[in-house]
Amino acid sequence: MAQGWLQIALFFAVLLALVKPVGLYMARVFSNERVFLSPLVGPIESFTYRVLRVRPDEGQDWKEYARSLIVFSLFFWVALYLILRTQGIQPFNPQGFGSGPWDLSFNTTSSFVTNTNWQYYGGETTLTYFAQMAGLTVQNFVSAAVGIAVVVALIRGIVARSGSALGNFWQDLVRILLYVLVPVSVIGALFLVSQGVIQNLDHTQVFQTLGGGQQALAQGPVASQEAIKELGTNGGGFFNVNSAYPFENPSGLTNFVELLLILVIPAALTYTYGRMIGSQRQGWAIFAAMSVLFVAGVVVVYLAEQHGSPAQHAAGLHTAAFDGSTGGNMVGKEQRFGIADSSLWTAVTTVTSCGAVNAAFESLTGIGGAVPFVNLGLSEVVFGGVGAGLYSMLLYVLLAVFIGGLMVGRTPEYLGKKIGAREIKLVSLGVLFTPLTVLLSAGIASAAPAAKQSIYAGINPSGFSETLYAYLSQANNNGSAWAGYTGFVQPHAPGNAGAYGLTFTDLLGGIVLVGARFVPILFVLAVAGALAGKRISPAGLGTMRTDNPTFVFLLIGIVILVGALTFFPAILLGPVSNGLTPRLF
Amino acid sequence: MRRDLITSLLAVVVLTAALGLVYPLAVTGIAQVVFPGQADGSQVKLDGRMVGSKLIGQEFKGRAYFHSRPSATGYSGDVTFFGNAGPNSAELRDAIRANLAAYLKLERPYDRSLTRDRVPVDAVTESASGVDPHISEANARIQAHRVASVRGLPLDRVEALVSDHTDGRSLGLFGEPGVNVLQLNVALEEEAPLK
Repeated sequence: MAQGWLQIALFFAVLLALVKPVGLYMARVFSNERVFLSPLVGPIESFTYRVLRVRPDEGQDWKEYARSLIVFSLFFWVALYLILRTQGIQPFNPQGFGSGPWDLSFNTTSSFVTNTNWQYYGGETTLTYFAQMAGLTVQNFVSAAVGIAVVVALIRGIVARSGSALGNFWQDLVRILLYVLVPVSVIGALFLVSQGVIQNLDHTQVFQTLGGGQQALAQGPVASQEAIKELGTNGGGFFNVNSAYPFENPSGLTNFVELLLILVIPAALTYTYGRMIGSQRQGWAIFAAMSVLFVAGVVVVYLAEQHGSPAQHAAGLHTAAFDGSTGGNMVGKEQRFGIADSSLWTAVTTVTSCGAVNAAFESLTGIGGAVPFVNLGLSEVVFGGVGAGLYSMLLYVLLAVFIGGLMVGRTPEYLGKKIGAREIKLVSLGVLFTPLTVLLSAGIASAAPAAKQSIYAGINPSGFSETLYAYLSQANNNGSAWAGYTGFVQPHAPGNAGAYGLTFTDLLGGIVLVGARFVPILFVLAVAGALAGKRISPAGLGTMRTDNPTFVFLLIGIVILVGALTFFPAILLGPVSNGLTPRLF
Repeated sequence: MRRDLITSLLAVVVLTAALGLVYPLAVTGIAQVVFPGQADGSQVKLDGRMVGSKLIGQEFKGRAYFHSRPSATGYSGDVTFFGNAGPNSAELRDAIRANLAAYLKLERPYDRSLTRDRVPVDAVTESASGVDPHISEANARIQAHRVASVRGLPLDRVEALVSDHTDGRSLGLFGEPGVNVLQLNVALEEEAPLK
């Protein structure tokens, strides 16, 4: 295991080293300053404003900002739905795929517009290359940019000393795309191709294998989607088995780079935050709280997976590592990643809202599998999705300030701004909306007869885990899955002939996806609007500090209290039941 | 409001064209020029004929080949899915038990010292992708006895081929070492072809 711990430590060290330079760069981009890419990108930027008829310097208050964001997302929802419904007439369709069922398309559209990328379908068996590129790849970019724009607006609201402007949504969108997401994706995609990720528009390759059988290998423009899939914490695989498939993730090195792409923006945004509010210590305090929860998760998964599963032990298989064998629970894991990299990925993809996987979650051990549940139960505030993680965490910061203020008996204030009743109401609604959505939808799905056929494992702890995880993942816009759970039946894969959606499951999921993305965004922007223009009172002796270890501790406590305790009973029924018993079902 | 509608409509068109067509097609173009082999799937050829991709595992039967890990998908490269066997699944226990028995039955005659506790986990468990191109080094060392004997090659020679086709950790650090089964079997075919 020493080598595994080394890999994990090294990953964290490299991530840590990237936080400052990337965070600083993003702060300059969001503050509309010149950066090293400006000579190259500047002309494209002004051209884009002209084409889109945007006046970039025109400030928007929170309602205007929210309206632009919602209208923009709604238009893209319609566009993506139309793309998914018209596959039969599209170019770049060598397999001749028709469209999938309408209810599946409803779920998929809602999933990609909300930066979730929950997938009931398998990409390589259902989608044209046109839909993958012009539909899904585009959403990978824009839904990520929307998330980042919201946190930028919130930061501006926290900082603003006068007026009500939170910046301009269109300008933020364009700059995030042109200066951050697109350049990194181009370089990332080409690097991935150099390591073996495919990038072509060919028909499926069919050939005689060495052993005399036949194999068909699906092709496609994979690398260009893979890069932004990780960078934008989207997570929707080109292939059904996502980053476990060698054409998406061929080696230990690509695995490492993809993990960095997933975490770099969410982690660096804490530095960006510190920079923009003028106090790096505040940013580092948030980073520290996130890191503690993240590292704890990695350690638990790795230990549990290395121990092996009850089914393996009952079969008489020895799961100890020895020279030349990783040991541990290799069910649903790839040899090139082994236990350590699969465990690290499992934690990274669930603390962020990425949701890409390089191992089968449903085959994780009970305790190892409890970690993704807890991470999602914490409402994706441990790094979280690009932008979404930090804005959700800032709600928790305000909540912690409020509770801390009550404890010391002072009017709560954050960075010199008083947190009043209106703010704390909005914060509470923003914090509680997602967990309530999860409990409600998972409860409905567990009780509804129509949802029974979605479950793969049957009526047992694994089957309950599937249901609960499906709605945890969709409501938190993560997109990873206990993959037995489905909303799509495809009897003649590849192709959509005879395929049908499970309407109840698809629609419930789609509604949850959209609601749990955009309602909290509205609360966040409302908080930003309420904070903007508040007077700043100078810090006094009695002011509670929010940049020291005490506050980090308080913040972690609040996150665990609100997030995990909401789900504790439910998680007990699922993965923890599996983890505590050697019984087989 | 009207301006939001117009700008959104324009944005859908412009961004779809730029991010959905220009970006992936430009990457495809560059990739096809600079990394054509990788972009088209790292094909492996034997006597000029494509027999697979070095990144994608395939099924090998018979005693003359190294065998890949078990697959939930029949080594499908165009319909992929997870096995989704839970950690407390009785079916999973039965499957592993059967795989273990079959593995011992196949390898024991060539390696008398082989016992159940020396069987590496990867040899009897299904991978995530269903097409894991690798097996563990321990797994390959066990199978080397059988392949050497059946092909009439010295064990040393087969073990040398195994180590030639072992992909170490990337940069010596990342991931786990694994033996590339297809490339190893191709090398065997070149060295001591089956009649």
